[in-house]
Amino acid sequence: MSIFVDKNTRLLVQGITGKEGQFHTRQCVEYGTQVVAGVTPGKGGQKMDDIPVFNTVKDAVKKAGANCSMIFVPPPFAADAIMESADAEVDVIVAITEGIPVLDMMRVKNYLSGKKSRLIGPNCPGIITPGACKIGIMPGPIHKPGGPIGVVSRSGTLTYEVVHQLTMQGIGQTTCIGIGGDPVNGTNFIDCLSAFQNDPETKGIVMVGEIGGTAEEEAADFIKKRMNKPVVGFIAGLTAPPGRRMGHAGAIISGGSGTAKGKIAAMKASGIHVCEDLGRLGELCAKVF
Amino acid sequence: MKIHEYQAKELFKKYNIPIPQGAVAFTPEDAVKTAATLGGFPVVVKAQIHAGGRGKGGGVKLAKSADEVRSLAGQIIGMNLVTHQTGPEGKEVKKVLVEQGLNIAKELYLSIIPDRATAKIVIMASEAGGMDIEEVAAKTPEKIIKVYINPLLGIEGYHCREAAFGLNMSPAVMKSFTPMLMNLYKLFVAYDCSLLEINPLVITKEETVVALDAKINFDDNALFRHKDILAYRDLDEEDPLEVEASKFNLNYINLDGNVGNMVNGAGLAMATMDIIKLAGAEPANFLDVGGGASTEMVENGFRIILKDKKVKGVLINIFGGILRCDILAQGVVEAAKKTGINVPVVVRMEGTNVEKGRQILADSGLNLTTAVDLKDAAQKVAGIVK
Repeated sequence: MSIFVDKNTRLLVQGITGKEGQFHTRQCVEYGTQVVAGVTPGKGGQKMDDIPVFNTVKDAVKKAGANCSMIFVPPPFAADAIMESADAEVDVIVAITEGIPVLDMMRVKNYLSGKKSRLIGPNCPGIITPGACKIGIMPGPIHKPGGPIGVVSRSGTLTYEVVHQLTMQGIGQTTCIGIGGDPVNGTNFIDCLSAFQNDPETKGIVMVGEIGGTAEEEAADFIKKRMNKPVVGFIAGLTAPPGRRMGHAGAIISGGSGTAKGKIAAMKASGIHVCEDLGRLGELCAKVF
Repeated sequence: MKIHEYQAKELFKKYNIPIPQGAVAFTPEDAVKTAATLGGFPVVVKAQIHAGGRGKGGGVKLAKSADEVRSLAGQIIGMNLVTHQTGPEGKEVKKVLVEQGLNIAKELYLSIIPDRATAKIVIMASEAGGMDIEEVAAKTPEKIIKVYINPLLGIEGYHCREAAFGLNMSPAVMKSFTPMLMNLYKLFVAYDCSLLEINPLVITKEETVVALDAKINFDDNALFRHKDILAYRDLDEEDPLEVEASKFNLNYINLDGNVGNMVNGAGLAMATMDIIKLAGAEPANFLDVGGGASTEMVENGFRIILKDKKVKGVLINIFGGILRCDILAQGVVEAAKKTGINVPVVVRMEGTNVEKGRQILADSGLNLTTAVDLKDAAQKVAGIVK
């Protein structure tokens, strides 16, 4: 089992003919993902490798039966691309694009409320159910299929580090999901934790957070009240100075809120096994799970 | 991106938001000339730096005559202004804003920010104007009014009334406040602001509202559609190494420690800084070379780290995904050949093409220490800087 995506997921790629889109689409196909369509306005009727390209998402859904989209559209046009997918009632929208203006994402977020689509990201590595399907830019080989651990993270390469350490310890993953480093995103920690809690194959969760906002605190509260599966947590940014944006648009300590210390305290108080040394995260997981 | 108060007030003027009359001056003589156009004394001389807390630091003064303008502007221009936001090293003042004095009846606080949790634009207002709002929020949160606006729908009259009645405004003041708030919201959205703050917003004895102060920050992600704002960038306010890094699209922040580090991905970069600290040292910087970095970017990033005189050792931590380890290794070797490595360097690589990358480093003849994993890397770095 897995959450949100599995081997039956039928993927369309928005921005499939661009350099990034092409490269990562091929990687996903190679991993075994069913990529059924691409969308690039004005290039409808063409093909990328053997994948048919359409002008609109609606066409791709109707003619190729796509139910999930992966977005590589550049920042100025990404909000539009997300809303187009939502309007076409795509189940899961995975927005990889980094650098979308905050106000654009706020409009998107409000637009999505009441729609059936789930947005993952933006500014994220995507989602992978090891051995079944990879929708995103993460390196496939570091993952180990079969579970029993779910991974949810606000980061990209930090997630790879975590997954790599799990795999090195012989611990497989059910689904690994990057929710993105932007201040306004679609799916949040709680959405993923709740799905992992309900997934019978997932026996424990690794949650990777970072400075900025209050998502980790809210997740900690949820874990305390609603979950009985063990959770290992890690927070990046203990040494980050206040008021500076640490690479990710959402990773900023402002007005004394969003500090790593505060988040770690909240997680500990909720019974989460907090890892303080990233170098030993795999060892800690081997002990807890 | 941050801009100066006088620049923010230029934008206010464009949006018909009432501000005191005034102009920026770069010399005491300029300041005197400006003061003469303001229709009398007193006038206010305000240091223009990006940091807040200028008044408490001695950067804002009242002048009652042209001579006082000259001497005060002379004191402030060139002074090293220390505020709670500049850090102990302070900031050199290069210009002042000279403005007319107002008949102030009451000082308020007003700001507009995007609220990440609700995805709404929130107006925050308080009768506790002129004070440190973070302190007000912590001690007396009931004194802050919050009005949430759905960005899809925009601002309506009732939003303004909610704020105005909450601030106990008289009908006359409200008449001046409502169009001002509407225009502030328009400005906020039109320019993709990440913060718009007026502290204080004053009610004059003539029962009008005037923005005595103005602070605007912009969303860096949206600057591509605001080329006019880029002209407001003041490189004097930024760290020289950070300015150089920004030329190469590198996410670099200069810090106080002595272990330089170069990492791909923001989360892993923060975690690597934390690991350096945990090992008993302090990070000298944050540097995310990004997911799709080229050899050239890696080379420039490494060169910038080595330029930092504080740096006594360097940790390179790359988890190859899109950025392949061989590309990274190539960049490190190029940079080392061009600039020369004068401090110990520990390299930890994992992921795509790691074997190729390790081979390139080994063949380079450079004096590099290789680490097998993160734990090993941290120990090796700590050993070097101790």
